[in-house]
Amino acid sequence: MTARTEATARTAATARSKVAAHTRELPARRHRALWFWVFVGPFALGLGVFTYIPLLWSVYLSFFDAHNTVTPDPARDFVGFGNYADMLADGAFTDSLLTFVVFSLFIVPTTFGLSLALALMVNRLRRAQAFFRSVFFLPAACSYVVAALIWKMSIFNGVRFGLANTLLGYVDADSVAWLSTTDPPWYWLAIVTVRLWLQAGFFMILFLAGLQRINPQLYEAAAVDGAKPGWQVFRHITFPQLRATSVAVALLLVINAFQAFDEFYNLLADSRGYPPYARPPLVYLYYTALGQGQNLGMGSAGAVILAVIIAVVTIGQARWFGLGRREA
Amino acid sequence: MTISRRRLLTGSTATAAAGLLSACGSNTGRGGSGSSGGPALSHWYHQYGEPGTEQAVRRYAKAYDKADVTVQWRPGDYDRQTAAALLTESGPDVFEANGPNLDQIRGKQVLDLTELIEDVKDDYNPAVLTPKTHEGRVYGIPQVIDMQLLYYRKSLLADAKVDPPRTLDELVDAAAKLTTRDVKGLFLGNDAGVGALGGTPLQAAGLELVTDDGEVGFDDPIAARTLGKIHQLYADKSLLLGAPSDWSDPAAFLQGLTAMQWSGLWALPAVQKELGDDFGVLPFPKDGAGSPSVPVGAYGAAVSARARDKDAAKAYVKWLWVQQTAYQEDFALSYGFHIPARISLAKKAEKLKKGAAADAVRFATESGFPAQPLLWTPRNQTVYQDGLSRIIKDGADPDKELKSVVRKVRAELERVAK
Repeated sequence: MTARTEATARTAATARSKVAAHTRELPARRHRALWFWVFVGPFALGLGVFTYIPLLWSVYLSFFDAHNTVTPDPARDFVGFGNYADMLADGAFTDSLLTFVVFSLFIVPTTFGLSLALALMVNRLRRAQAFFRSVFFLPAACSYVVAALIWKMSIFNGVRFGLANTLLGYVDADSVAWLSTTDPPWYWLAIVTVRLWLQAGFFMILFLAGLQRINPQLYEAAAVDGAKPGWQVFRHITFPQLRATSVAVALLLVINAFQAFDEFYNLLADSRGYPPYARPPLVYLYYTALGQGQNLGMGSAGAVILAVIIAVVTIGQARWFGLGRREA
Repeated sequence: MTISRRRLLTGSTATAAAGLLSACGSNTGRGGSGSSGGPALSHWYHQYGEPGTEQAVRRYAKAYDKADVTVQWRPGDYDRQTAAALLTESGPDVFEANGPNLDQIRGKQVLDLTELIEDVKDDYNPAVLTPKTHEGRVYGIPQVIDMQLLYYRKSLLADAKVDPPRTLDELVDAAAKLTTRDVKGLFLGNDAGVGALGGTPLQAAGLELVTDDGEVGFDDPIAARTLGKIHQLYADKSLLLGAPSDWSDPAAFLQGLTAMQWSGLWALPAVQKELGDDFGVLPFPKDGAGSPSVPVGAYGAAVSARARDKDAAKAYVKWLWVQQTAYQEDFALSYGFHIPARISLAKKAEKLKKGAAADAVRFATESGFPAQPLLWTPRNQTVYQDGLSRIIKDGADPDKELKSVVRKVRAELERVAK
């Protein structure tokens, strides 16, 4: 086997040097820069126009009293850090931030645990693995809006013929208005289940890929050393080997949690507004800046605050877990 | 000729780039070259549910010969679409608005239309013209009047030996008596009435959201007492919550999920068709020293300050929404169910002279109040609805909650008074 690998490597090296020699001879070499821009240009342009300019513009707007305009008068409307102070003093905004810290603390470990458990189970299957992988992954292909509407209208509606209430009816319990009851806060049940249903499959795939990269020899060695299959092997072999995947998944989950919008908005908003509970920061900003409110200065300030929080949390988390550190 | 891979790539990149660029130019709804002569105008409407409305407005636009008017029929969150579109050059020239709101007027996003209706100003119902007037200038021409009212099932009330409620206390009692395991007493919306009711209970208690001179209208212990009664409805479990369709749709009422429902005049034809005579309508019942109330509102025609040809746009609005009374009548009465904004037209309408419709018109005239005063900005609405939700659903202390609402509303009113 070693001999064959060496042979392949040698062939590859020869091929590479040939290609290099060929390229050197081409007169088109001086057009390289041109071709670089032809290929990269459109994407860089798109990124600039649709991402960076709006981003910088929003930072700019956050220093102005910009009601119903995106081009405030620099002399008249400048308010310095006034919008930031107002936003941080706004109880509704700080409440939404706090709610979402708590929400993340709950949803991140839950989604993480569930998708890891699914991955471990699917990975152990001898037969029909592809089938179950697809079954669990499929919800990830469903739109958040569609899923939220199904949850709201069919499963967790408040009337006697909703799915959840039909089940309650079998045990002779009263119907519950799932999304309208604040005590106890049943709406979290709908929100958390729809999010888990939508996301667990996707992160399961990431974990599966990680699991399949673990060298089987490690398990053989562990067995030889007398490690018991099950928890001991998972604790000392599987989980440490999944570190790179775990860190990435945890980061993505935290960012996702803070950017939550779709399912919340579609589950809880109506034509007249959004209730004051379970209100994600982005939904609140949406009503402030983009709705009829059109207070683009305050909205931008809130967006910057949120972005800074996400950045700090992400960087902190990455350092904590040692993202990008070379695996031993 | 052979095409090399490289040439193919160059070609397709260029095509893609061109496609990208052309995709940036959005369709503003303005026609290309004016076929009927005159400048091109785009006119936006929100999507009306009633069949025939779209064809009707397209027909009106076509009949205008001094400009080439293109109608855009826009589904979805219309108020947000127009709010965003008014910031750009690609917005509408003429648009209907559930406003325009105060910041749009102060931000000079819409044009002053006072001169268009000067001659017939008194013919417009003041309840809908006032919220479109700022400092004596008119910024939107009311199209039709919409109102909200309480529907009740006569047979269900008779079975439970309940009289149609005339006071808020009676409403609370009636809703509790009408509630059974499968049928709830009252439906005020899936949010327990926070959005649909708005300032209606305050109005019924003799208060208001904001006074004409820009002061908070509910800084009064009476407000706390009245809103506390809505919480009572919630605490009694008399309210239907979590229905598949919300209060604006009569479905919950028609499916027998609730004995009474707060909804709009627009629902009347559907209710009539389904229930025949087995229903009645009521205004929101009075509380204490107040009087019964129904909120009225109106979509109005407004002209964007970014319109390409401002005079042509104004002339068209004047033609359609001031001069063409026949079209206005057709629009109000032939498709959905609305009260014409012009008093002279409302008086003539045969459809509004009998049964529940006649009651509704009487409520609108006697007890109608502007649902959305101009000074009641979106910021105020969010603050008030947050407080209302906490009072109704969480059982928060109404006095304390309202104090904090009043403080925030006062700050916002000071901002807009500047």
